[in-house]
Amino acid sequence: MIPAPFDYHAPTTLSEAIALLQQHGDQAKVLSGGQSLLPLLKLRMGAAGHLVDIGRIPGLEYIKEEGGFLTIGGRTRESELERSEIVRSKYPILHDTALVIADPLVRNRATVGGNLAHADPANDHPATMLALGAEVTVTGPKGQRTIPIDKFFTGIFSTALAPDEILTEIRIPIPPLRSGGAYVKLERKVGDFATAAAAVQVTLDAGGAIERAGIGLTAAGPTPIKATDAERFLLKKKPDAAAIAEAARLAAAATSPSADRRGSVQYKREMARVLTARALAKAIERAGGR
Amino acid sequence: MATHTIRITVNGTPYERQVESRLLLVHFLRDQLRLTGTHIGCDTTHCGACTVILDREPVKSCTILTVQADGGTVRTVEGLEEGGKLHPIQDGFWQEHGLQCGFCTPGMMMTSVALLGRNANPSEPEIRHAISGNLCRCTGYVNIVKSIQYAAARLR
Repeated sequence: MIPAPFDYHAPTTLSEAIALLQQHGDQAKVLSGGQSLLPLLKLRMGAAGHLVDIGRIPGLEYIKEEGGFLTIGGRTRESELERSEIVRSKYPILHDTALVIADPLVRNRATVGGNLAHADPANDHPATMLALGAEVTVTGPKGQRTIPIDKFFTGIFSTALAPDEILTEIRIPIPPLRSGGAYVKLERKVGDFATAAAAVQVTLDAGGAIERAGIGLTAAGPTPIKATDAERFLLKKKPDAAAIAEAARLAAAATSPSADRRGSVQYKREMARVLTARALAKAIERAGGR
Repeated sequence: MATHTIRITVNGTPYERQVESRLLLVHFLRDQLRLTGTHIGCDTTHCGACTVILDREPVKSCTILTVQADGGTVRTVEGLEEGGKLHPIQDGFWQEHGLQCGFCTPGMMMTSVALLGRNANPSEPEIRHAISGNLCRCTGYVNIVKSIQYAAARLR
């Protein structure tokens, strides 16, 4: 399959890239790893007059802790996340996620920023970032601004990014002591999109009760879902089986999946419940809760 | 039609070519350089038959624009044999019957070569993880794993 014709630009600075986006307006698309965009262009489900490749702009690939945040450069490849020692040891939810995004070959090209900016509700990072309470830094003609992740996804394949802005950094608050997280995904085979998946990040207080809970759901509606009722319910609760079961029920109630060849609406909603319960149990265990 | 001049090294040979923006790397390799060992299977980023090594990383060449590889170094299955001698991974697939129909084999071998470059002694789970983006529709995975283990032993 061959994409419809387009022009290709390979800027070497952010300001050059932003100027190209301004110049070409809604005709332009940012090309990061290209693992979602190029298949769409090949299938001609999408079209772009101009691709602005950010792959030659230095300084957009990093994973580091600074100023109370884990900061991830927008063009950081999923394979880097998968291999990162700091991610493996301190952010197991992110490591879980990186391991189930597409397959290892795709992860050598696919980027974290691209996974978010593409805003496919079946992508895996949106749920994880919702659970972690992340924010994203976007860079445009007027400089940088920060968008909380729960304000970022505005619709299917739509985000709060302006056409001349680029997602340049993901910022995750460094979890306090007694925190843990997990991402649990049901997929038909390696590389498939989720039938359903749940991301959970919890922090326990000194007495072992839940102090903070973040729950994000993949492929559960037209946008990534933040299960706020379930999150609120868990506050100050002892993390026992009854609390997990009720939170999972509330999370499933927040979903509005659509039927496709991966399953019916009822099946996907039920899987959202089961996977939320499993992710919660794992997150609590990782937080040292049992 | 937008075209660009690119410089790319494939299997040790430098090329300078005019290419269209939309030309996929797999089409550049197969149609322009006539390196047809790299296969097109699903053409939708699933099967891995088109896997080549780009700047040390195995990638799906059906999902990369040739212009994105400008300045890069590509290794394809044709670049494995040296001086008439099979690469240990090729020998491994031969000795351990790592192929039946052979369609996935070039991609499978490129992924394996990249794995062995990073990990000289991979465990079976590590091998299976590494090749999880390469599909063998003959489902000959047991012998594929043995072939990679054979090559790993030869290369150590």
